[in-house]
Amino acid sequence: MTDEAAARVASHRLRARWLVVALAMLALAMAAGMLFGAKSLPPSDVLRSLVGSSSHGKQPLDAVIVRSIRLPRVLLAGLVGGVLALAGAAYQGVFANPLADPYLLGAASGAEVGATIAIAYAPAAWSVNSVPVAAFLGSIAAVAAAVVLGRSVRAGRSTTVLILAGVAIAAFLTAVETYVQQQHQAAIRLIYSFILGRLGTAGWSGLKLVLPYALVAAIVILLHRRHLDVLSLGDDEAASLGIRVARVRLILVAAATLATAAAVAIAGTIAFVGIIVPHTIRLITGGSYRTILPLSIIVGAAFLILADLVARTAVAPAELPIGVITALIGAPFFVVLLRRSRVVAQ
Amino acid sequence: MTGVELVDVGVSYGERRVLHGISARVGAGEWLAVLGPNGSGKTTALRAVCGLVDFDGDVIVGTTSIRTMHKRVLARSVALLPQHPTAPVGMRVSTYVLLGRTPHLSYFAQETDKDRAVAERVLDRLGIGALAERDVSSLSGGERQLTMLARALAQEPSILILDEPTSALDIGHQQDVMEVIDDLRRNDGIAVISAMHDLTAASQFAANIVMLSRGHVVASGHVGSVLTEERIKEHFGASVRIVQDGAGVVVIPVRTNGNGSTGAAR
Repeated sequence: MTDEAAARVASHRLRARWLVVALAMLALAMAAGMLFGAKSLPPSDVLRSLVGSSSHGKQPLDAVIVRSIRLPRVLLAGLVGGVLALAGAAYQGVFANPLADPYLLGAASGAEVGATIAIAYAPAAWSVNSVPVAAFLGSIAAVAAAVVLGRSVRAGRSTTVLILAGVAIAAFLTAVETYVQQQHQAAIRLIYSFILGRLGTAGWSGLKLVLPYALVAAIVILLHRRHLDVLSLGDDEAASLGIRVARVRLILVAAATLATAAAVAIAGTIAFVGIIVPHTIRLITGGSYRTILPLSIIVGAAFLILADLVARTAVAPAELPIGVITALIGAPFFVVLLRRSRVVAQ
Repeated sequence: MTGVELVDVGVSYGERRVLHGISARVGAGEWLAVLGPNGSGKTTALRAVCGLVDFDGDVIVGTTSIRTMHKRVLARSVALLPQHPTAPVGMRVSTYVLLGRTPHLSYFAQETDKDRAVAERVLDRLGIGALAERDVSSLSGGERQLTMLARALAQEPSILILDEPTSALDIGHQQDVMEVIDDLRRNDGIAVISAMHDLTAASQFAANIVMLSRGHVVASGHVGSVLTEERIKEHFGASVRIVQDGAGVVVIPVRTNGNGSTGAAR
């Protein structure tokens, strides 16, 4: 074995160069997210508020803005963006389908129905906010129904059947949602704002709710990074390599769905992050999930922090819905990237 | 190195029975060709050997029924090269070949230096070391088939299952790939089972043939005894002439209708 041969076959590892670039992007995005906002604050004040030495005569309002509004909002945007991008990458691998996103099996429509029902029917007297709980449960229930439905059909390729089951569930739930909305016209504005996504109202408590699910999902999915590479060979080959394809698929769908449901329950159904971020990384770094998964988390976080920054500053003091921004920036960028790229997704 | 034996293997897809009691065996260092018209059950038979479909009867690898083997253990003995392997876009050849080490790795493990050494050896063995950095989806047909074969060999199998290994290749690359596989059979003692459409090539490389039609074995045994003009007429609906040629036979298609006009300018 020559040295040249030894250099040829290297395991697909995350290259330091890409990791540094991604982390730099995230750092810049976080800095921008902290420094800019509806109220303009000098950078020195932001820094002083963050490190906590705001006690000598400074306006406490600035510290409140930085610590209770901007910081949790930036962190939540990062967390939700990272979760959606990671879940999207996992779904694309699990289904060997470049069009897959975290909402493929009905996670979004389930959350929307849950939120819609909670907004329309929950008594205003309830002390807890029932919307995120209902959205979370609706999201999980929709995907579980799609999986159960998909597994009950014996014919056809299992991934195709599962995707079709997800389509059927989503269509059914959308009909339910529309019906409830028609019955409760007054609630439509609230429901609409949930669907378009928002990061501004959740604060630290929202962050705490999403974090455990995001951590569990990230650990489970990252531990399966090699399995996702094997699954990209196709079901037969993965099985002939000794992988229990159906079980691995179920584990990954469960992990991705749990995190997606938590993110959606707090931040609404933010579109496009889960599809554009993993694809951008794939086009730049190549086809191994050992690179795509970790970079998706970092770049997804940076992307949503920046999108949220645009959403809250572009027409300040009003806010644009973040889902509008992700698609408005994301779609053209993605098209440019696709056109410049030599590799075309099959 | 070990062989594999199919004992009365039957497969049903739902209500439809697609394979009826197939029996065959291939020893270490032997090549068995599975022939038959489209839809005769060749691919299903191969999938049964790899444990990819539910079957009745039994498949014995070495001395062990694959029913009692863990999937990962089976994958250390039996490697499959499917008819239309997927080449994941953007994946490097070296990454792709290393995925063949999966059955030797525990669930959450990543490849070690030992696995990389195996992959390097396989790439060198097949003479495609120079492709290691290339994107698998950008390879030519011949390069691609050798890369897929390298992935299967990285499993270090004793039994290699090939479904139409050369159907997408031109005649030169067909011969190259077949010679590479034959070399593995002779020098490494790998048992080869291949489904094939090219009857001539099958006769040149395989010592034994199983001919399937509508899920039944209609003939099996040595090349000369299985490949007859009558049998090919009956099961393939093809008119052929068979000419003895060295180790194998040459199967020549013959036109039955028409008066010899070939459409060529005269």
